[in-house]
Amino acid sequence: MSTTTGAPAGAVVRLDPGTPPPARRARPRRDRAGYLFLLPWFLGMLFTIIPFFASLYLAFTDYNLLNAPRWIGAENFTEMLHDPLLRQSLKVTFVYTFVSVPLSLVVALGVAMLLNRGIRGLAVYRAVFYLPSLLGGSVAVVLLWRYIFGLDGIVNAFLGWFGIDGPGWTSDPDYALTTLIVLHIWTFGSPMVIFLAGLRQIPAMYYEAAATDGASRWRQFRSVTLPLLSPIIFFNLIQSLITSFQTFTQGFVLSGGTGGPADSTMFYNLYLYQQGFSQFNMGYASAMAWMLLVVIAAFTALNFLAAKYWVFYDN
Amino acid sequence: MSIDTRTPARTARRRAEEESHLERVGSSRRSRFTRHVLLCLFGAVMLYPLLWMVSSSVKPSRQVFTDLSLWPADWDLGNYPDGWVALEQPFGVYLANSFVIVVLSIVGNLLSCSLAAYGFARLNFTGRKLFFALMLGTMMLPGHVLLVPQYIVFAKLGWINTYYPLLVPNFLATNAFYIFLMVQFMRALPRELDDAARIDGCGPFRTFWSVIMPLCMPAFATTAIFTFISVWNEFFGPLIYLTDSELYTVPLALRQFVDSEGQSQWGQMFAMSFLSLAPVIGFFIAGQKYLVKGIATTGLK
Repeated sequence: MSTTTGAPAGAVVRLDPGTPPPARRARPRRDRAGYLFLLPWFLGMLFTIIPFFASLYLAFTDYNLLNAPRWIGAENFTEMLHDPLLRQSLKVTFVYTFVSVPLSLVVALGVAMLLNRGIRGLAVYRAVFYLPSLLGGSVAVVLLWRYIFGLDGIVNAFLGWFGIDGPGWTSDPDYALTTLIVLHIWTFGSPMVIFLAGLRQIPAMYYEAAATDGASRWRQFRSVTLPLLSPIIFFNLIQSLITSFQTFTQGFVLSGGTGGPADSTMFYNLYLYQQGFSQFNMGYASAMAWMLLVVIAAFTALNFLAAKYWVFYDN
Repeated sequence: MSIDTRTPARTARRRAEEESHLERVGSSRRSRFTRHVLLCLFGAVMLYPLLWMVSSSVKPSRQVFTDLSLWPADWDLGNYPDGWVALEQPFGVYLANSFVIVVLSIVGNLLSCSLAAYGFARLNFTGRKLFFALMLGTMMLPGHVLLVPQYIVFAKLGWINTYYPLLVPNFLATNAFYIFLMVQFMRALPRELDDAARIDGCGPFRTFWSVIMPLCMPAFATTAIFTFISVWNEFFGPLIYLTDSELYTVPLALRQFVDSEGQSQWGQMFAMSFLSLAPVIGFFIAGQKYLVKGIATTGLK
């Protein structure tokens, strides 16, 4: 038996190291180029994935940055159950989110509808409504809000014209969060721009057909606009919920870092910051972070489940 | 997004004609009028707080409150020079710090995200789909989950009270949104460009640098503007990583005004607040086109 006849073709070629099979040589080289381009991203991912699991580990420890982390099992989580401030911060965050997100989306959709049907000066209107959403997270605007809603601020001066004696909006625990909800609604511009882009995608013929069938404006809105826009509404809803759950700057600046008055602006992330970076309870802060992650994931999942019943994909 | 070969002026004129045509077709004269009135009124309410801030910055402090008018009765430009030196450092230090961080963050994001985006959009390699899904997944991941371990790592590296924690992540393509934006843009470019470049003897890097990069300028502009605005406004990162007032960024500096509640400082605070918002407003006006496109493509905020 000769050495070459019975051997598979690949083995023959492999005898000559100068010419490996093309497919085998090309693949690692092709891969190498891709991996080189992704190199910074890979490093960045390490810097995401490792902290992700590290924070899960830290959530079960007692750690103050000076001593080594001490494993305490689920103690952080049981402590969270009995932490009144944590409950308060959850409440503040939920109230804020569930009031301001729907309101701002409704305003965003309403204004987008007004702007959609071909209007002169669209670019100017869009700019005016969009600008606040770029500034809403800045310290300067929160400071401005603090003074506008102050006891002697212009909101109360305005109410004074109608004989209404306004409260000290930012110093009264009953109203402090309201001012931040107003601030959130003020930044409806970014979902509005997304709605506008979505409205543009709806073919005009649907409206023409609906009008021919005698559908009123309201009926057209309900039966054409809403279903066809529902994927966009869904997207905006998810995005707004996720960002709103993570509100920090507004509460911090309005209250000067305390979450006051009477913890009425103690957002969840503000409390997390206080636990982690004022008191250096790094384990507790990690546990809090994971709980918020679970809450956000649960709401997102719930939304995706509910989406089956109201989001309509026009394929 | 597509590459628009028409001249901007012509496009703008055509669009304006289209708009006015649509407006005339779509509705009656009266409903159009009501719509404009509604929008103008609402727009005025939206802008009022900002305009009031600007006007308050040139009013004498005792007049600021309960004065609803936008036109100052008395002018006092002294708020600007006084506010400039009211905090621990002259305000120029904070502006310069913010500026340095913003510029380096833009460079970092553009470099690292465009490299990754090219890899995802144009190259084929083992595990590409998996990595791409992972990248999209990180877009949804709330940043605070990573916060504590990242802080610990930076602390162990001795990077607290330096700009490294704020800058290095931007050079490691950690902003998945920008990668996604660029991937979307690059996918729309014709494949023939890569083939032509390869036939001319370009390797992947040369193709990226000389062929794809120059065509991606609109996506880069969007990324640069978004990076500018978000980094300029960024509060949390500087708050936990910077302790020395010499290193403070503008938002951290402004916050100091809260601690000094004296009435005399209101005008100064508004003056410096306006200085801090002016670059954002300027960038917004200059780059509105890119912003609107970017936000419509990816849902960035």
